[in-house]
Amino acid sequence: MIQAILVFNNHGKPRLVRFYQHFPEEIQQQIVRETFHLVLKRDDNICNFLEGGSLIGGSDYKLIYRHYATLYFVFCVDSSESELGILDLIQVFVETLDKCFENVCELDLIFHMDKVHYILQEVVMGGMVLETNMNEIVAQIEAQNRLEKSEGGALG
Amino acid sequence: MLAGSRPGVGKAATSRRLAPLCSPSPGKSKEAEIKRINKELANIRSKFKGDKALDGYSKKKYVCKLLFIFLLGHDIDFGHMEAVNLLSSNRYTEKQIGYLFISVLVNSNSELIRLINNAIKNDLASRNPTFMGLALHCIANVGSREMAEAFAGEVPKILVAGDTMDSVKQSAALCLLRLYRTSPDLVPMGDWTSRVVHLLNDQHLGVVTAATSLITTLAQKNPEEFKTSVSLAVSRLSRIVTSASTDLQDYTYYFVPAPWLSVKLLRLLQCYPPPEDPAVRGRLTECLETILNKAQEPPKSKKVQHSNAKNAVLFEAISLIIHHDSEPNLLVRACNQLGQFLQHRETNLRYLALESMCTLASSEFSHEAVKTHIDTVINALKTERDVSVRQRAVDLLYAMCDRSNAQQIVAEMLSYLETADYSIREEIVLKVAILAEKYAVDYAWYVDTILNLIRIAGDYVSEEVWYRVIQIVINRDDVQGYAAKTVFEALQAPACHENLVKVGGYILGEFGNLIAGDPRSSPLVQFNLLHSKFHLCSVPTRALLLSTYIKFVNLFPEVKPTIQDVLRGDSQLRNADVELQQRAVEYLRLSTVASTDILATVLEEMPPFPERESSILAKLKKKKGPSTVTDLEDTKRERSVDVNGGPEPAPASASSTPSPSADLLGLGAAPAAPTGPPPSSGGGLLVDVFSDSASAAAPLAPGSEDNFPQRAFPKHPRISAGGSEFVCKNNGVLFENQLLQIGLKSEFRQNLGRMFIFYGNKTSTQFLNFTPTPVPRCGLDSLTRTHLNLQTKPVDPTVDGGAQVQQVVNIECVSDFTEAPVLNIQFRYGGTFQNVSVQLPITLNKFFQPTEMSSQDFFQRWKQLSNPQQEVQNIFKAKHPMDTEITKAKIIGFGSALLEEVDPNPANFVGAGIIHTKTSQTGCLLRLEPNLQAQMYRLTLRTSKETVSQRLCELLSQQF
Repeated sequence: MIQAILVFNNHGKPRLVRFYQHFPEEIQQQIVRETFHLVLKRDDNICNFLEGGSLIGGSDYKLIYRHYATLYFVFCVDSSESELGILDLIQVFVETLDKCFENVCELDLIFHMDKVHYILQEVVMGGMVLETNMNEIVAQIEAQNRLEKSEGGALG
Repeated sequence: MLAGSRPGVGKAATSRRLAPLCSPSPGKSKEAEIKRINKELANIRSKFKGDKALDGYSKKKYVCKLLFIFLLGHDIDFGHMEAVNLLSSNRYTEKQIGYLFISVLVNSNSELIRLINNAIKNDLASRNPTFMGLALHCIANVGSREMAEAFAGEVPKILVAGDTMDSVKQSAALCLLRLYRTSPDLVPMGDWTSRVVHLLNDQHLGVVTAATSLITTLAQKNPEEFKTSVSLAVSRLSRIVTSASTDLQDYTYYFVPAPWLSVKLLRLLQCYPPPEDPAVRGRLTECLETILNKAQEPPKSKKVQHSNAKNAVLFEAISLIIHHDSEPNLLVRACNQLGQFLQHRETNLRYLALESMCTLASSEFSHEAVKTHIDTVINALKTERDVSVRQRAVDLLYAMCDRSNAQQIVAEMLSYLETADYSIREEIVLKVAILAEKYAVDYAWYVDTILNLIRIAGDYVSEEVWYRVIQIVINRDDVQGYAAKTVFEALQAPACHENLVKVGGYILGEFGNLIAGDPRSSPLVQFNLLHSKFHLCSVPTRALLLSTYIKFVNLFPEVKPTIQDVLRGDSQLRNADVELQQRAVEYLRLSTVASTDILATVLEEMPPFPERESSILAKLKKKKGPSTVTDLEDTKRERSVDVNGGPEPAPASASSTPSPSADLLGLGAAPAAPTGPPPSSGGGLLVDVFSDSASAAAPLAPGSEDNFPQRAFPKHPRISAGGSEFVCKNNGVLFENQLLQIGLKSEFRQNLGRMFIFYGNKTSTQFLNFTPTPVPRCGLDSLTRTHLNLQTKPVDPTVDGGAQVQQVVNIECVSDFTEAPVLNIQFRYGGTFQNVSVQLPITLNKFFQPTEMSSQDFFQRWKQLSNPQQEVQNIFKAKHPMDTEITKAKIIGFGSALLEEVDPNPANFVGAGIIHTKTSQTGCLLRLEPNLQAQMYRLTLRTSKETVSQRLCELLSQQF
């Protein structure tokens, strides 16, 4: 199961935080900080897995992450997930963001936070992988956009 | 793509919503951000509170802002109601943001949960697939017990209904999985289960993937019920693996057909043994071979995604092969494949290969094959740049170690230790210590290895490790002389680690005489060497050295004056530390007043330690296990003297250190007299609060009862208790009749204990053939293994009239247990054989270590232990007057810490502690709620282990 999905930039500013297990707010923030410090000191071309920080369950959990330009995407998962599978899932998520925002960048995550959440929801639900097929995900998002348009109340 | 260099600001212009919060100028001060956010929060609050009803758009806008502020790490304490209102909107976008807010911000015990559940119920019933999807998402994301109660019946129906759309089915499957994970008891099994299995045949691969996840989890708990899934999974897998990749259209990812589904199916198959049906089995073997073959084919794409997806499937297939552990051919192929990966240029693959090989090493078919890679792994240890990978290499070396390569592996680990990352040093130390012990053919090598460990990484050598080396040296005569010589040489180094001083001090104190013949290590030289380190050491080490000195007085009378001078010095006799001062005073006195005989008896050589599984191994297991246990450990309370875990001079303790519990019974003085304080209800707290607890009286052998009817001794109502009376205390009279009195003193520490049993002959005639034997009793659940190890030596078979003999029982708790052991005593008195059986009061709670924690920690852990199996509750009537102080004393006597000011209701009592057994440590929380009016109690135990909760609850319930 995926315990948490954290996206933060190179300075550790959170850009998307999703917990699938309840933690009090201050612990959530601590986890983001701890995770940031764990991945920050790692070179770009070493392995993408590391053992979880102390807050999120210790050695039973792994942090699987990818670093894209200014952003780190970190999934915290337990042993029931395939490491390489999750690594690819991050890629699917990012590629989907890229399709939906036409060349996504960090600011999209800030200004379209709701959208980003909706896209993530199509990929991961309650900590479990819902859909891995990018076309399917994009189709769902487009259907949402159509609904939004028909209601005439797009947010931004 | 994110890597793109397009200036991102252009896009911001189109979206002004969050502009006030994140103007793109970086490097603003924290204060400015907080100020700005507080201003914005005040603004939103006033908008929500204002008279003017907000339109849907504004509501959405503000809720979105709140989410962003929350993301930045600020508390959001309002807006929840507005979000709940959005749920019942008919507009999709409003509903959607409402659900988003709730699944990010609402925690499971919010009061709003009822309103939220209502909205979800309406949406599930709406038959609008979009709304149903949102509702299912929300249930899965929050996943609370309340939601499980409300929807665990409904979701399975949606899942298997014929007219449900694929996307809804997919969500329903995962939603059900989430509910099953949080509250398995609330998800009813039923005829839907067989229909879920058939989803493996569904047309839509997304549905199959979700269903496979669900079935995997369900099958782990109910393997029988989902057995049919095996053949379905195999045929599905076979279709994917053998198909041309174009057959699966969209689910082909970088030329790999449906990698995620393949991984999930292979996981599902790992819940079961190899299929019995030869056809299914053949088909599966074929699949696995095909996957292994594909790994050898040239890649269809240079992209890393292609190789990742392909290898994800491959690693999962290898896991399945290892899990089945039945096809030598496949195992060896898997091992060779992993061997290739060990040298792959992708770090991720090297990491995973090392990890998989660890499990492969334990299979008899492939252990030898794994061993052939030893050089590669050692090389990885030396050259990998990534600490995660090096750690895996250490793990693999540990796993592949056996007698043939132990020396090489230990040497490599030791040399790696010199430069190892601080974060993994302790673990490596433990591993080296275990391997050195396990595969030591030559104990000199073992001693050298451990001393090297201390030299290289002394700070990371825990107590367990150096205790262990001492235990082994004491138990093995052949290595004692060598050990004494080696530590003596090691101590010559000008700067040596304090742990070395401890080991050296202890070993020379015991075996220094073995090297004293050599003038280079004469007694005085030994003493001066140790004493030269004394002043640089911490208090515990100095205390240990003082014990060594008094042992020297016994071993080498010629250094007695020198040592007495040291003990007499102001820095000892008047030391600010009470322990050191006391030792100095007592040892000095002992050395002056005791005759050589007494000294020799008191300071006799340590008897061999009982053989038991290495405490180091337990520590390593603990380290690798859930971390919750580890941090509870730190807050352990000091309790009584060191029993037998550490190499303190235990035989001397009776005379040199004050016993924490003075002889309550006066057994030593006059065993024939009727001792033990009279039962008085208001008296000493721990002594006699349970005076009328006859409920669990021990079964007495009929022989003794017939001869000595209890009625004859009305003055001693406490005869033959041995039951619940001892749950909260460690000392007292266990049994008494006209002939015999049995008294107890016991000490427990972690999973070990020592019990002193005193047998007093109350008559004036000798007992002959006196044989007391403690035997663990096996409950039904323990036909094959013992939960408790008891070790003792036979006592003198003759007990003179009026005399008392003592028996020491060493106790080790292996795992949690319910049945207390029994003490059988047989002896001959005046020509008749007497038989007495008493239950020994060794109960699970004796292995409690108290844990102090704050209110916040307590309730956080309390919530974490919320599975129904983890909690046991008992409501019962008070059997004793409900006195707060007595209750507190009982809880402390029970072994847990009594946590003050933790429970919001001051009338309640809460406690916390850890039950230590050799195999596990179980954190326990307890809460006792008295109801004075009803004269009732409610006792709740929460631990991570059902049997422990159950047993502790039974034990403690008897006490009030």
